[in-house]
Parts: sequence; C-alpha cells; structure tokens
Amino acid sequence: MIAQFGFGVLVVTFLVTLYSVFAAVYGEYKKSPSMVESARRAMLLTWPLLTLTAGVLIYLLVNNHYEVQFVYEVTSRSMPTYLKVTAWWGGQAGSLLFWSWLMSVFASLVTIRKWDRDREFLPWVIVVASITMAFFLGMNIFFENPFAQLYQGFDGVNAHTFQPANSILVTPADGRGLNPLLRHPGMVIHPPMLYLGFVSFVIPYAFALAALITGRTDDRWIRLTRRWALWAWLFLSFGLVLGGRWAYDVLGWGGYWGWDPVEIAAFMPWLTGTAFLHSVMIQEKRGMFKHWNMLLIILTYSLVIFGTFLTRSGVLSSVHAFAQSAIGPLFFAFIGLSLITSVALLIYRWDSLRSETTMTSLLSREALFLLNNLLFMSILVVCFWGVIYPLISELFTGNKITVGPPFYERATGPLFASLMLLMGIAPLSAWGNSTVKTLGRAIWKPAVLAVAITVYTYFTYTQNIIALIGFFLIALVILVTLYEYWRGANARQKGQGENILTAFWNLTGRNRRRYGGYIIHISMMLMAIGILGIEIFQVETQGRVSAGETLSLANYTIEYKEIASWDDNPKGVNFTRAVLDVYENGIYLGQLHPRKDYYFESQQSMTIPGERATLRDDLYVLLVDWEPSTMEGATFKVFVNPLVNWLWLGSLLFLVGIFIAAWPDQDPERVTVRAGRRLPQTSAADD
Amino acid sequence: MINPQPGVATMKRYFFALTLTLVLAGLFAGAVLAQGTTPTDDEVNKVAKQLFCPVCESTPLDVCPTEACRQWRELIREMLADGKSEAEIKQYFVEHFGARVLNEPPNRLASYAVPVVAFLLGAFMLFRGFQMWMKPSKAGTGVPVEEAKPIPQDDYIVRLEEELKKKK
Repeated sequence: MIAQFGFGVLVVTFLVTLYSVFAAVYGEYKKSPSMVESARRAMLLTWPLLTLTAGVLIYLLVNNHYEVQFVYEVTSRSMPTYLKVTAWWGGQAGSLLFWSWLMSVFASLVTIRKWDRDREFLPWVIVVASITMAFFLGMNIFFENPFAQLYQGFDGVNAHTFQPANSILVTPADGRGLNPLLRHPGMVIHPPMLYLGFVSFVIPYAFALAALITGRTDDRWIRLTRRWALWAWLFLSFGLVLGGRWAYDVLGWGGYWGWDPVEIAAFMPWLTGTAFLHSVMIQEKRGMFKHWNMLLIILTYSLVIFGTFLTRSGVLSSVHAFAQSAIGPLFFAFIGLSLITSVALLIYRWDSLRSETTMTSLLSREALFLLNNLLFMSILVVCFWGVIYPLISELFTGNKITVGPPFYERATGPLFASLMLLMGIAPLSAWGNSTVKTLGRAIWKPAVLAVAITVYTYFTYTQNIIALIGFFLIALVILVTLYEYWRGANARQKGQGENILTAFWNLTGRNRRRYGGYIIHISMMLMAIGILGIEIFQVETQGRVSAGETLSLANYTIEYKEIASWDDNPKGVNFTRAVLDVYENGIYLGQLHPRKDYYFESQQSMTIPGERATLRDDLYVLLVDWEPSTMEGATFKVFVNPLVNWLWLGSLLFLVGIFIAAWPDQDPERVTVRAGRRLPQTSAADD
Repeated sequence: MINPQPGVATMKRYFFALTLTLVLAGLFAGAVLAQGTTPTDDEVNKVAKQLFCPVCESTPLDVCPTEACRQWRELIREMLADGKSEAEIKQYFVEHFGARVLNEPPNRLASYAVPVVAFLLGAFMLFRGFQMWMKPSKAGTGVPVEEAKPIPQDDYIVRLEEELKKKK
C-alpha cells in the first residue's frame, strides 16, 4: 500500500512536470503571464512532491520492506540505518529518482529566486529543466520503478507495479544487501556529489537554450549562471576526487584512477565544464566566442546525460546488453534529440552571436584561453574515443577489445603537460594584447627559479626526464601564481599600509574569482605532484611469508607477525586481519593491519589496505592470500607510492579555492554604501 | 725419437671433446635449472598487469580477486616456468579469450589515429581562426600587433601595473 502510494505520487509529479512544460510554452506563445505563472507554480510543486516520493522510498528502505524489489536488492537487516538511507542511490531505480529529485531542487531554487529579474529567460528555463526531469521520471515510471513489488505467480517470482491476477505478494525474510564496495564513506558521498555536479550543469544549459530561444544572446545568460557553473564544477570535481580516494582505499590495486569507462563518464563533462568556465571569461571581457560558449554548454549537458547513459544502460558490458536494456535506447534517443535541437537553435541564432571585437595578439589572454580549450577538447576526444572504440569494434567486427590505461596515458600525457605550461603563462598575459617582450618580462623570474628547482631535483631526487619536465612545469605554475599573489599583496601593503597577511586576505576578498582561480591552479599542481609520484615512481612487490619472515621494498621492510580471522554475525561479515611490523632502514615505525572483509549476503570481499601515509610516500600493503587451515603463511602485495598524499592535500586546497571563487558576491547596494564611506581608497589591489 | 705432432693433435682432440662436453653439460644444467625455478609473484604480475580479466569488466589480471583470475595467474606462472616469453603468454590468452584481454587494442594505428587527427584538425581550425581574427585589427589600425597597447578591458590589471610602477 505504501509502495503504491509512492508510485502514485511519482506519477502525479510526472504529470505536473509535463503540465509545467505545456503551460510555459503556451504562456510564452500566447503572451499569457497567468499561464507562465502557472508553469512556475507547477515547477515549484515538483520539489515537495518528489521529496514526498523520496520520503516514501526511504521509509521502505529503513523499515525492511523486502516485498519491494528495490529495497530487497540494495538493503539487508544487518545494514546500519544510515546505509539504508544512502542505498537510495545505490541501485538503478533509486539513482534515477535521486537525479529527478535534485533536478526539482535546483529548478525550484532558480524559479524562487529573482523571478522578476530573469522573467525573460525563466519560462524557457522551466521548459528545459522540466523536460529533463520528465525524461528521468518517465524512466522511473515506465521502466525502473523503485516501488515495484515481488509477486509469486505461475511463472515464478517477478516484480510488478500492480498485483497481477492469480499471484500473491512475496516478502523475503532478508534483502541481498548493498554491494560491500559501496559501503565505504567515500562511496556514500561520491555518487551524490557527481549527481549534484551533473544536475547543476543543467541550469546553465537551460539558460543558454533560453537565450537562444528568446534571442537575448548577449552575455547575460552567462552572468546569471556563472556561479551555477562554478558550483556544478565544484561538485563534479569533488565527486571525482572522492571516487579516486574510494578506489585507493577499497579496490585494492594500489591506485586511484584506472581509466575505467565509468570514471571517464564523469570526467568528460568535467573537461567541457572546465573549458566552459575559462571560455566564458572571454565572452564577458571581450564579447568574443559566443558560438563556442554555447557549444561548450550544449556539449556539457549532452555529456552529463551521456555519462548517466553509459553507467545505466549496460552498454559498457556489451552493445548487446544495451540493445536489450529498456532504458538504453531511450537514453540514446534523448541525447540525440536534445543535441540536435540545441545545435539547430544555435545555427538559427548564429548571426546574432557574432563576436563584438577581434583578436589582436596570439599571446593575449583570450588567445591562450582558446589554446586551453583546444587542449581540453583534445583530451575529451581521447576519452570519448577510448570509451566508444570498443563498442564500435564490437558492433562492426563482433570483436570485443579493451582500451586500458596505456592508451589514455600516452594520448593525454602531452596534452596535460601543455595545459600545465599554459597555466604557467596565461595568468601573466593581458586581455586584448600581450607581446613576447611583456610576457617575457613578467615570467623570467619565476621561470629561472623553476629551472633552479628542476636542477636541484635532478641532483637530489630523480633523473627521469618525464618527471623532471613535470616538476619544472609544476614549479613554474606555482611560482607564477605566487608571484602574481605577491605583486597584488605588495601593492596593497604599500598603498593601504596593511600587513602582508591582511593584504593577502583583502586581495583575495576583493577579486574572489581571480584569486580563487589561482588557488585552484596551485591545488591542481599539488595534485599533479601526487599523480607524477605514483605514475612514475610507484614500486611494488608481492610475496608469501611465514611468521617472522620479512618482505622488503624501497627503504621499507615488513615483518609478518600473525593473522586472525573471525565472524561478525550481526554485520554479516568475516574479517581476516594480518599484523605486520614495519621498519624503515632498520628503524621500527609501527604496525600495519591489512585485511580482507568477506560479506556473506553478497558473497563479495573487500580488500582494505594497511597504509602508512607521509608527504614523502605511502606504504600500502594488501593482504592477498593466506593459509586458512594453519594461518601460518600469508601472501602480501606491497606498494610504495611516492608523493601520492600531495594528491589528497591538493584536493583539499582545491575545495578552498573553489569556495572562494564561487562564494556569492555581496549585495551591490551594500557594497556601494560601504564604498561611499571609504572614498579615498582607490587602489587597484582593492578590486 | 718421438714425433711430437700426433701427440699435439691428440691433445687438441681431447681438449675439443672436453670443451664440448662442458658446454653441453652447462646447457643441460641451465635448462634443468630454468625448468625447475618457480617464477616469483612479481614476475607473474609483470605479465598479468598487461592483461585484463577475461571475466570481470575493466579489471587488470594482476589485481583481480576472483578465483578464476587466481588460476590464470598460476597458469602464467607455469608458462613462465616452461620458458614461454611474455609475447607468447599474451598470445595464448588472446587465442583463448579474445583480444579484449589485452590492455590495449591490437590495432594501435586505429586507436591513436582518431585523437591525433582530431587534435590536428582542431589546431588547424584554431590557426585559421587566429588568422581570420587578426586581419581586421592589422588592417584597421595599421599598428603592428607587437606594438599595440593592451586593451584596458581589465581595469584591475592596468591599475595594478600602474601602481607597481609607481612604487618602484
């Protein structure tokens, strides 16, 4: 009964969403403010309706209603309540509902705020957001119903929305439980972060389409959605980092990124989103490349849907699975239709999107940003091709192939290096024009210092040429960025008489987007240190040892002490945990406890590494195998991952940077009043 | 008087026979030793790392935890012990499980051509774009690009530069 109620609310929401599309289009067409207002109210209604639907689903999850197929598949009695709640996005049907719920939240936030100010765009924003939401709700209602229940009929136990004739409701005693790999805290937060990023990008896309439809093709849509795009980027980036950390902690292969198609599905919209965030600045500052910005946001939206399609349609396991899946072809059709419609609108408005100015220098900021866009797009092509090439091969030749890390690393390595070089140069170039002379004057000091650091690295750390190029680029970017900071803070210090810390603080506060962006650049370089470290200098060994025996790698020695295995029946897990003493150059450092957790319900195991983390390296030990009868010997895989913790440190700084860049500006009126009180202060570093 | 020549020839024949015997014995012992040595886990993983699990999706063979993959790693160990090369082992897996077990497509040209062509195409379009955008500016002002002053769009930069000059 409760499940049917949830489904009923879902259907009502779907109808309300369709109505809001109809009312918005009709209202605009007939110039009827009341109809447009009705569309807005319908859109606003979707949020409480979907919250009610989600509430019903969570109630079923938490209270062990295993007669509901979704609940049966993703929860079990032994799971703690918080995991039962987060199981909402642990399966296909629930995650689609989660998508719709987030969409309703964001669309409502847009239509609640500044309705009068953005009256021109908002009806069309409602149309785009509602169509997207209706698509996902339709998936839930017609193909992936989270409220379908299990019925025993003549043909066995099947899930149905309504009770078929001659069948009885089946309530299993317990559920299958969530995949143990998904019970890690990182994985609990990772999907919502990615979905937040995905769904947030729908809003800038909706405004872009509204601009195309209404013909208001100046940069207003960009100014209105700049922060949406930044927050979307924040969530997507954070989601990717969390996914990396999760992989490092629970997948048991000593790495954080395996160029898996599922990872790439989330990485592709991040690439176009990053290019978009840079490119919109050209339009704001110089009124150029309006077509390109439209195309970028259209691509980002399409890749958001494509990413969901890749992970939800089964196409990655086989093109045939895609053809057999109910939602695969529909996703494909939706992506095609939205892309064709968007590009058709762009072509229709092509003339009104012409640049207002021209390019004056190949070294100007806008020219370098365009180069940056070329590189991001090239990485996108590598990723896209890497994902679809196996599908094309299977479709046309019947042969399945794998495109693994070597392809991606070779193809993207030079592109990432070029991006880093641009990151070092672009902050020093000016909008409109820069010359070799002006740029050279600005860059020579950081460049000389970067060379000195590289030479020092050569003599003290590595002679690997790729690593040295990488370290040079990292040093260059960090030094250029710090130099820019120092110049600004120095100007404030002298002009305003502030101490250096206050000057730094005020400098950042007065131009959050610029200096937040710089912090993001530095954080990216810290992450690059970690990536270089693990990609180039990672070493590993594996071996079987008996009690008292040792394994050595780099400067580390691990001594196997003992192993123990026990069942935790309430949790439904068997733990096997080894105890190892760790030494570095003969000095005792402490103990590590790598373990294997085996989940009875799902019959899956998780390999939890024993880790000793420092900024210099990570000692990462996996329990591979052991002798269950005698417990005397065990096999361990040992990794030393140099510098990898800079990756996680960089990602924390990245969050700081993006919060600074995306933090809302103060109300302009309040700023004006405050500025009036401090009239004499006119330093540029104030801005 | 004894003619020394036949003795020298005999000595040479003995020396040749002894050398041959030692070489053959060495080769035989080497072969026996090679067959008897069990390859280490690291040697097995070096090959397994280049292969993907034929059953699981996107999982390299050296880290796949399934029982099937453990057996395949043992198979690699046996093949290494039999003196098979990396290429031969990979070929064996391709023959039995298809090209999907390789971590790279067999046809490298096809896999790399598309990204390279796309990059070159993008670079060419950008180059043409730059040429097109630069022309009006040069023709319109007659000012060489190198000498043109920065466009004061970014007040912040301009004012900051001015202030820095003043402070020097």
